[in-house]
Amino acid sequence: MRGKCKVCLVLVGLAGMICCSLNLAHAAALDAFAGLKGTISIAGGTAHIPVMNKAARNIMTRYPDIRITVEGGGSGIGVQKVGEGLCDIGDTGRALTGAEISQYGLRTFPFALDGVAVVANPENPVNGLDTRQVNAIFSGKIRNWKAVGGRDAAIHLFSRDEASGTREVFWKKLLHKGPMSPAANIVPSNGAMKVAIAQDRDAIGFISIGHIDKTVKPLKLNGVMPSQENARNGSYPVVRKLYMNTRGKPSRIVQAFIDYIRSPAGEAIVKKMGFIPLQ
Amino acid sequence: MDDRRPHSERWIEVTLLIMTGLSAVAIFSILILLGYFCLPLLRADHLARVLSWHWQPFGGEFGILPMCLASLALATLTLLLAFPMAMGICCLVHFLAPRPLARFFLGLTHFMTSIPTVVYGFVSVFLLVPVMRDWLHAGSGFTLLTAALTLTLLTLPTIVLVFNARLEQMDATLRLSAEAMGMTPVQQFRHVAVPAAGQGLAVAAILGFARALGDTLISLMLAGNAAQLPDSLFASVRTLTAHITLVLATDTHSMIYQSVFASGLILFLIMGTINSLIRRSWKSGRGYSHGSDL
Repeated sequence: MRGKCKVCLVLVGLAGMICCSLNLAHAAALDAFAGLKGTISIAGGTAHIPVMNKAARNIMTRYPDIRITVEGGGSGIGVQKVGEGLCDIGDTGRALTGAEISQYGLRTFPFALDGVAVVANPENPVNGLDTRQVNAIFSGKIRNWKAVGGRDAAIHLFSRDEASGTREVFWKKLLHKGPMSPAANIVPSNGAMKVAIAQDRDAIGFISIGHIDKTVKPLKLNGVMPSQENARNGSYPVVRKLYMNTRGKPSRIVQAFIDYIRSPAGEAIVKKMGFIPLQ
Repeated sequence: MDDRRPHSERWIEVTLLIMTGLSAVAIFSILILLGYFCLPLLRADHLARVLSWHWQPFGGEFGILPMCLASLALATLTLLLAFPMAMGICCLVHFLAPRPLARFFLGLTHFMTSIPTVVYGFVSVFLLVPVMRDWLHAGSGFTLLTAALTLTLLTLPTIVLVFNARLEQMDATLRLSAEAMGMTPVQQFRHVAVPAAGQGLAVAAILGFARALGDTLISLMLAGNAAQLPDSLFASVRTLTAHITLVLATDTHSMIYQSVFASGLILFLIMGTINSLIRRSWKSGRGYSHGSDL
């Protein structure tokens, strides 16, 4: 009986060692969690979710004693929840305001660069717009795709809610705080925006570059493709940082999570999910 | 107080009394809190700014009247669609369909109450929205009518079950006499059942209206949420409930955030009015059914 147990233990150990050696870089980054227990709750920006989920899965697979929950809600929810102590990390897709920092005593940890792209349905023949056209479309002055070289069909506008960090960046850096049409449909997350655009041949909206996949088509802005590469080298202007925020000094386990996201292993996740790690 | 009653019965009475008291206190504190949070609105010109027709929060306009109108339009449209359908189902179940079929329809209605709202919303996004967009050319497909059609499915069981319960309580002799007079099933429904269960009909309609007015998820997922006047069936509109959900996450000191409480108070007041309407119609309804029993 005892002999069998020993054999089992040795086998498990061997398997573990093989896994570790295959995954050495990632394993080293996860070492900070050794011996830690408890939960980390994350809420807020919907652009962050893919990165947070992947990091959480890596950590929880190796250390089952740690539970990490990831919720959306938008940047506004991120600030509110972390400020009121309802979650450990509040994600925002925009910098905190001075009032938010002083009211709650928040600390902020930027970890990635993200662009906001204008997107349309893949079936739409239009491939690019200039700043003036985007302004005219989103303010409701241009209402037909024909005016910008598309087919003869009404433009279906999609925008985001008032608490969205993505909307704020789009409005400030692309529309330069210009008017937005009140007739635009409002969706509550980056994911919902993708679904809406992917379904509707005549739709136009805006989305975090990290969320772009085959179901939507990013439109060139003044001839520049919204991509990781162009956001990094500065030729694509509509970019923002993604932040994790904590109230006061983060606890040991939360600090370990933040360090992991900003480690080389975390940067690999950030890159894989379509964002640009901050150097 | 009756002294012969067992202790256990007393305990039940006391427990129920405490429960009722707690619920009443909860409701009144909600009303008072809502009122308290709305106080800043009463200062200066804030109230006028909230009760206006334009919502352009980044241009300094915070009117929630379009949302009030959208809520009322959606609930009314839903009732207009659901109520005749519910009447038809009740007529079918009680007077026209053979018993197995009737039982099947009632079972189906009961089953409909157990489907989560989000399932209706999700299915509609992928089935109803493309139909509205491509066949009816209703803009993006996220419209007042889309939400109303889905809400109709959601409120239908409420109306059917409440009305059906009234019809089942109806005196059996009424129906026998009607049949003896040679009335056809449809005549019986029109001239006997509907007048006799008229109060039940009103209660069912009001409950259905309240259900449609209070629903958040369907309008958030399907109505488009554009803060504009509902000037056509195919307009994208934002209801009060969806407005609260969308705006709740903004900076707590802004006017945007204050509009949430005004929306909450307005919803609460509308619902309160509806509830008192139900109570009044129930009171007079009791008198009526006594009369018909004799």
